[in-house]
Amino acid sequence: MSIGESATELGKVRGLGSARAGGVGWLGERISSVALLLLGAWFVASLLFLPKLDQRTLAEWLRSPAGAVPMALFVITSFWHSVDGLKQVVDDYVEGEVGRWFVNTLVLFLAVAGASLALFALGRIAFGAAA
Amino acid sequence: MVVSILHRITGAALSIVGLAIMVWWLMAIAGSPEAYASFTHRVWGDLGDLNWNGLRAIAGSLAKIFLKLALFGLTWAFFQHLFSGIRHLIMDSGMGFELRANKAGAIATIIGSLAATALIWAYWLGAFE
Repeated sequence: MSIGESATELGKVRGLGSARAGGVGWLGERISSVALLLLGAWFVASLLFLPKLDQRTLAEWLRSPAGAVPMALFVITSFWHSVDGLKQVVDDYVEGEVGRWFVNTLVLFLAVAGASLALFALGRIAFGAAA
Repeated sequence: MVVSILHRITGAALSIVGLAIMVWWLMAIAGSPEAYASFTHRVWGDLGDLNWNGLRAIAGSLAKIFLKLALFGLTWAFFQHLFSGIRHLIMDSGMGFELRANKAGAIATIIGSLAATALIWAYWLGAFE
């Protein structure tokens, strides 16, 4: 009997071992969630404490290092965590290996595009000519 | 059970609608005061002058209502996902699996998210001034 074959269900699971890359993914999602806890709290607190929410105030806030750096981290971590989380949902609900691979790849492409667009916008606010 | 499913639904909503609006928001700030005004006009349109004459106007009016509801919904989704996320982290450590504690924790995330959403919007809409 080779590895993974067993007379009982439990024996089969034991024989198969771990899903190899599972542990890294599991830990990665929890690390990004702790980071988002801090960054999310920072984001909400910032919106509450800004005197106004017009374009001038927001651009001024995001031009300063105290605004630009956490916001860039918030963007990157949010997209990262979204890719991780959506992958779980896709793996659970989309039928077929090919279908899952296709949707997961599509999600990854869209996330990279979205994150790049957001970082480009932040760069333009921080380094562009003052409006 | 319900809270676990809500965690997935709110997570998917934040990932898709939330991040799309966030990118749009940052692009608008990077643009100009006019670009930002057009962004706020879209997502926070005046519901007093909705126009229902013709297909385009109806689509525009529905979009205005949808985006406004989406902002309330996303605020709630943010807090619900954050609180149930904290609950999941606690449960990962092996705590909170006793039936009563588990149920109390689940209910607390729902009450917490609704309260936080109500408070924050009351503040933004000027209820505390």
